Parts: sequence; C-alpha cells; structure tokens
Amino acid sequence: MDFMQLGDISPDQIVFWQWGWISLNATIVFTWGVMAFMVLGSWLITRKLSSGPELSRWQNVLEVLVGGMRNQIQDIAQEDPGSYLYFIGTLFLFILISNLLFIFPGYIAPTASLSTTAALAICVFAAVPIYGILSRGVLGYLRQYVRPTPLMLPFNVIGELSRTLALAVRLFGNIMSGMKIAAILLAVIPLIFPVVMQALGLLTGTIQAYIFAVLAMVYIASATRAQKEKERENNPEKGENS
Amino acid sequence: MDSISLIGMASIISAGLTIGIGAIGPALGEGRAVAQGLASIAQQPDETNSITRTLFVGLAMIESTAIYCFVVSMILIFANPFWDHVIQAGG
Repeated sequence: MDFMQLGDISPDQIVFWQWGWISLNATIVFTWGVMAFMVLGSWLITRKLSSGPELSRWQNVLEVLVGGMRNQIQDIAQEDPGSYLYFIGTLFLFILISNLLFIFPGYIAPTASLSTTAALAICVFAAVPIYGILSRGVLGYLRQYVRPTPLMLPFNVIGELSRTLALAVRLFGNIMSGMKIAAILLAVIPLIFPVVMQALGLLTGTIQAYIFAVLAMVYIASATRAQKEKERENNPEKGENS
Repeated sequence: MDSISLIGMASIISAGLTIGIGAIGPALGEGRAVAQGLASIAQQPDETNSITRTLFVGLAMIESTAIYCFVVSMILIFANPFWDHVIQAGG
C-alpha cells in the first residue's frame, strides 16, 4: 500500500480530509504521528527509571542516545552542552525518527516535504541569534556582522539566509530522492532490488539527521564562541579551566 | 511544433542535462575529500573521530550542490509551472 503516486513531488499534495479551506494533508498527519510516537515512547520509558544496577533495556537505549548527543555537542561547541542539548537533541531525534520510520509500508516521511524542512531550518535560523544574544549581548552579537570589515555586512547577511535555504533543501532533497528512487524502482524492478535501496535510505536518513544537527550546532557555536575566545586571551588561567 | 510538445521536450532534456552535468562536480569533489580524509586517518588514527565528523559535514556541504540540481530536475519533470500553465490555457 503506497499513498504516494509517482507524480507527487511532496506529501503536501496527498490530502486525506478537507473541510472548506482546512485540509489535512499527509505531512501534517505523519508529523503529528511521529510527535505522538516520540512523546508516548519517552513517557512509557521514563515512567519507571532506576538508578541502580538493574536497568530496563529501553532506559539503556535512551541513556546511550542522550549520552552520545551530549558528547557530540561537547566536542563541537567545546563547552558544556547545557541548554544546547534540548534544541539540538530535539531536532536530531525528530528527523531521525521520521526518517527511519520510512521502512514501514504506507508511511510517508514528513521530512520529504519542503514545508517541514523549511520549518526546521527556520527554527535554526531563529535559534542562532537567540543563543548568540544570550551569550554575548545584543551589541556583541550584532558586531560579528561587521567583521572583519563593515564591507562584509551584506555578505554575512546573505550567508545567513543562504545557509538556512541550504539546510532546508538538503534535507528535503535527500529524503525526497530516496522516496522517489524507491517508487521508480518499484515500477521498473519490483523484486528484491528496492529493498536494497530502502536499506540505503536508512543510512541516508541517519546521516542526514546527524548532519542537520551538527550543522545547527556549528552555526550556533560560531555565533557564541568568539566571546569565549576573547575571554581566554584576557585571562588565560581562568579560560583554560572553564 | 505546438507549445505543449516543445515545453515537454525542453523540460525533459534539460532535466537530464541538469542532473547529468550537475553530478560531475560534486562527484569529483567528494572523491577528493574522501581520499584526503582516509589519508589523514591513516596518518593520525587517534584523530579518527574528529576527522570523520568534519568529513561528513564537508561531504554534506559538497553533496548539497548535487541535491540542488536534483531538486531542479525533479521540479522540471513533476512540478513544471510552464507545463501546468500551457495545459490549463489549452484545456
């Protein structure tokens, strides 16, 4: 059972239910499905946590995930993960789960729609100045736009916008191409070979989730980091410890 | 030749050319990047983690140019605005 026709370029075009101008398309349905899955799953797992030597297997899974994300953020930002973990971790888990569930028949990854990926990229676009201003103040954050010279101002602004576009189109293009290739192969060679491409789709989905999260972290870190380097130059002993 | 077949022909040919030519550059670039990354890992196995991470992020950056070409060719084939316009005007 496959809802997605060969001619549809985005799950936005598959409308399940329509009433007046309100329409319920596949993107919305599966986004809420993934959200419900994540919330229910986390609630069920964290309902009975234990700190003793006897761990339930699912608590172990979550601990490995969160610990791995903390380590990665620590490596990239060179500071305590702290509040980055909530934002980056949410992005990573949402994209990862919505990509991986695509092995189930009938499921359409919401990340194969440009609307979802654009929304995620806009979240990153908004988070960069928020984290930057929180750590460096408004003036300190705005000053980085006129570095190294004020002549670079337009290029910095364009760079900020184009990397948001790139973030959205990269994720959309990868996931959409995976689904499209699977659909085309089903029409050409329906036996066995599409399974190989589906397995490749799992790999691509994981890597794309990882890359989205890492790039978001790199952008945030570049907006917050310069301040800390200056502090380190001013008083080296204190900077090394922190 | 009427405009429907003209637009259809131009869209399909240019979609093929877009993805065909657009894949050359990223393929060469990714090949060079991976070769260099493997050489670095062979020289400094201790730094494998950070090399691999940077390599993946770089590969995603390089690959995104090919993805842009792919998206453009998909739009040309499946969601071509000129095609829709001509179909509506004709029908």
